[in-house]
Amino acid sequence: MAALPIALNVIIGPRKPNKTKSETYECGIETVGEAWVQLKGQYYIFALIFLIFDIEAVFMFPWAVAYDRLQFYMVLEGVLFILILAGGLVYAWRKGALEWV
Amino acid sequence: MTLAQLIFLAAAAVTLVAAIMVVTAPRLIHAGLWLILSLAGIAVLFILLDNGFLAVVQVAIYIDAIAILIIIAVMLTRAVMSDADRQINRMGLAAAFASLILLAGLLAMVLQVPAASPAPLVEAEVNLDALGRALVDVDGFILPFEVASVLLVAALVGAILVAMAPARGD
Amino acid sequence: MSDPFVIVGQFIKELLIGLGLEAALTAVLLRIVGAAVLGGLVGAAAILTIWAERKLLARIQDRIGPNRVGPYGLLQSFADVLKLITKEFLIPRGADRYVFIMAPLVVVAGVIGMWAVMPLAPGLVGTEINVGVLYVIAIGAIGTLGIMMAGLSSNNKYALLGAFRTVAQMLSYTVPMLLTLLIPVMLAGSMGMLTIVEAQSSAWFILLAPLAAIIFFISSLAELGRTPFDLQEAESEIVAGFHIEYSGMGFGMFMMAEFVHAFTISALFSVIFLGGWQGPGVEAFPLLGLFYFILKTALIYFVVIWLRGTFPRLRIDQMNAFNWKFITPLALVVFMVTAILDKLAVQADFNRTAVHLGSNAIIVLGTLFILRAHAASQRRRKEVADRPQIQHSEAAGD
Repeated sequence: MAALPIALNVIIGPRKPNKTKSETYECGIETVGEAWVQLKGQYYIFALIFLIFDIEAVFMFPWAVAYDRLQFYMVLEGVLFILILAGGLVYAWRKGALEWV
Repeated sequence: MTLAQLIFLAAAAVTLVAAIMVVTAPRLIHAGLWLILSLAGIAVLFILLDNGFLAVVQVAIYIDAIAILIIIAVMLTRAVMSDADRQINRMGLAAAFASLILLAGLLAMVLQVPAASPAPLVEAEVNLDALGRALVDVDGFILPFEVASVLLVAALVGAILVAMAPARGD
Repeated sequence: MSDPFVIVGQFIKELLIGLGLEAALTAVLLRIVGAAVLGGLVGAAAILTIWAERKLLARIQDRIGPNRVGPYGLLQSFADVLKLITKEFLIPRGADRYVFIMAPLVVVAGVIGMWAVMPLAPGLVGTEINVGVLYVIAIGAIGTLGIMMAGLSSNNKYALLGAFRTVAQMLSYTVPMLLTLLIPVMLAGSMGMLTIVEAQSSAWFILLAPLAAIIFFISSLAELGRTPFDLQEAESEIVAGFHIEYSGMGFGMFMMAEFVHAFTISALFSVIFLGGWQGPGVEAFPLLGLFYFILKTALIYFVVIWLRGTFPRLRIDQMNAFNWKFITPLALVVFMVTAILDKLAVQADFNRTAVHLGSNAIIVLGTLFILRAHAASQRRRKEVADRPQIQHSEAAGD
């Protein structure tokens, strides 16, 4: 169902008549050197922490769906799950893994 | 040839072709993007198995988190704008032979299962409620559930240790 | 007049079956047409929302905004689209051709795909799946992927850096979004959007979980790349971020995707926290639900634009610190407190709304207290650090 907007966009989107084939157009700013940069390792750490919390959220969604029919100790188990991961976040915080991009 | 079979063939073909392109694409970034296409094909296969939840989980975790993580890792480690070397080295023949053996073993296992009627596996949608309850039930999967969280934290701690160690080294 | 869309759908279906197509194929065709219509409508809504945003921003900034093209400048967006279509779609030298072209399509597809599960009125929804909430998050993150593709393929180091920073920001702020989205799922007992709307017939979820709603709103704003989090596309500062090399319709696609995404997030917020199409008299006239839905979405979008015109930007390190050190721990605390208290309140038969409002108020007070203590300690530390310098300058002064 969501692949349909792509088809829609192929129809709507590139309806641009190319006027002149300006082939050697140095678009943007003048490039100095090659166009690659050394990324910081911080991006990886952020993506990793996002992955951990993403998986955790995916685990919690079925628990949340069944929430009304759970008993209290089951709710506590879910909270324990989150608490363990919150501990991981605190560890990352103290280790300075959350400092700026 | 029902519609479901057509969609299955299309999705399976896309997944396989994308998987082959992952290992043979000359530029690593392209390999990462082909990987995303392959994972999307698997998500479609999950939908065909009447499991919308796992399909969405596949997209949310694999494509949205793991694929981005892999691409970031690729970007961190090399100058990827230039073309890489040949993707198939001298051991290509031995690797092909090993995969053929693996394929034969898998086929042997699969063919042992009696051919089932092409009916859907479950008649209703996935019962998320039952899944949620099973996850925290004492007779259910509570221990793997909590161990999973510990495992996730262990992965986080390990990755931070490895990533932050060089920064502290100097 | 109960449900005109169903009637139209039935009519087309009969027509197609009469022409000789089999039933299953007509169902699929009808869905395709419905999806195309939905996508088209959303694109058309983008035109209106862009106009509304420019007018509103202009008024906030004490100017008039577009007023030349058409009455009150209503046709301004059409003129802009025409201009973009007739501009050349340049592909920079050395760029990754196919990825470059596909990136804006992926971004727009990700945004429009979110509308497939949006309940517009009772009985009017693109497709009802029981994992609607997670689907929205997953499809939204596909837009993130498109941005990364755009940056990677542009052969431009600024686009690359901008794209990765944008992706890092979007990924970071998805974490509190996921955590706060767990709360309405808990309260409604299902991930399906329709069920969540129906569960708000007695009390909107914003009353049951106000802090979660605010956190969701803030993290959605940050994920959109909207002020005060719009450093990535700061129109008055850096060049353009990840879409530097795009021109013509490619650029148009990115802009449209951003505005539609803002509108979609407003719609999402109104569905999940404000009750979607719930309102007085909806049972009698289902189409009234559509009106309520649009009204609530427009209200939230107004707040989004208002914030854009009012706040300055955060720096990127401030943004990240805000997310990981404030919003995410707050979301964790809110979630845990809500989970425990709701179960206790239901078992002890207290008034759920009162319990949650009270607990959220306590959390807010506690947070303010912690923030004050933190600020005070930082101020003290700064004073201590400044003191030796004062003595030093005194000694060197005379």
